[in-house]
Amino acid sequence: MQRIQQENPLQAKELRLHSLFVRGLEGDNAAYRSFLQDSAGHLRAFLRRRLQRWPDAVEDLVQESLLAIHNQRHTYDPAAPLTSWMHAIARYKLIDWMRRHGRNGALDMTLDDAGELIADNDAEDGAATAGRDLAVLLATLPDKQRQAIVATRLDGLSVREAAALLHLSEADIKVSVHRGLKTLAMKMRD
Amino acid sequence: MMKTENLIDLLAAGGEPEPGVARRAALWPLLAGILVSGAILLATLGPRTDLPQAGLLPSFWIKLAFCLALAGAGWRAVKRLATPGASVSSLPWLVGGSIFLLWLLAGVALLQADPAARTQLFLGSTWRYCPTLITLMSLPAFGAALHLMRGLAPTRLRLAGAAAGLAAGAMAASVYCLHCPEASLVFVGCWYLLGMVIPAGIGALIGPKVLAW
Repeated sequence: MQRIQQENPLQAKELRLHSLFVRGLEGDNAAYRSFLQDSAGHLRAFLRRRLQRWPDAVEDLVQESLLAIHNQRHTYDPAAPLTSWMHAIARYKLIDWMRRHGRNGALDMTLDDAGELIADNDAEDGAATAGRDLAVLLATLPDKQRQAIVATRLDGLSVREAAALLHLSEADIKVSVHRGLKTLAMKMRD
Repeated sequence: MMKTENLIDLLAAGGEPEPGVARRAALWPLLAGILVSGAILLATLGPRTDLPQAGLLPSFWIKLAFCLALAGAGWRAVKRLATPGASVSSLPWLVGGSIFLLWLLAGVALLQADPAARTQLFLGSTWRYCPTLITLMSLPAFGAALHLMRGLAPTRLRLAGAAAGLAAGAMAASVYCLHCPEASLVFVGCWYLLGMVIPAGIGALIGPKVLAW
């Protein structure tokens, strides 16, 4: 039974992503990075299949979905299938995008998850770009949120170093990063 | 142009969830909302004066059980609909089953009643304000439920808004049982239900606006 499960590619992907994600939630940043990278490829395939008429939007939505997965990661129940949770988020972001852009039809939402892996091999594209600009988006954030994100996430400072640099408490830094990423998700929808 | 790799750089340093972010939906803000509106109701309009005698009648307990069953189903719906990918297949059965059972009992009561008394079973003496009072009483808990869902990740916003309204409406109706003098299950199956359907409908209307993320 176990051997058969291992041979099922969807099951193998689920197990791999789940293990990386759970380790990431426990503070293993290397595992979390691998999870995000694998997820980006997986989501790219998932979205590409559903956005055949708007290929330019795929990467925008990969990014929105990744950020949503990160921001909403506390809603994941480790006992539930991770890929179902991720697909539900990506599907939500897709429908949200469709509604915002006044587009409908052409969406084949009936594809089940088992069909997702076929296009997955050509989905590894780390340098893929979206139409939006991260620097421009970051510039629209409130100062405190932007500074906390730039210090801890782009300049590579630890939370303690960032707190000293910005004259804030460590808790303040963490909250500002958290709020800033939430704001960033809302800005991506504009 | 924004590379996906850059976004990953931005996120990868912090997989650990922030302290203070609730992983599970907590029931107590809703309960607090209901208790506050219940306290206001009982302080202004007061409990029904014959509450001890009413407690001896099966209809009082069936009414309360119906409201509590829908409150439980509504709360389950709130949790499920705020979690991406969670199964919701049990929800129509729980909600529909509770309503069906009550309507069955109400139908029996109607059939057994003297035809001249049926209108009275249906309208009671408080039908004019019962749904309005339940709706008003549900508002604090309704707000709490929507706030709670905004902190999670609802993906079907109309349904999620409706679930928040139903849960709050059914909880409000459960407390309203302490005041309401009606004993007829036909009345409950109509006006109580309406009092829960109104907040659920409001939730379905505003869900896509207030729950989007």
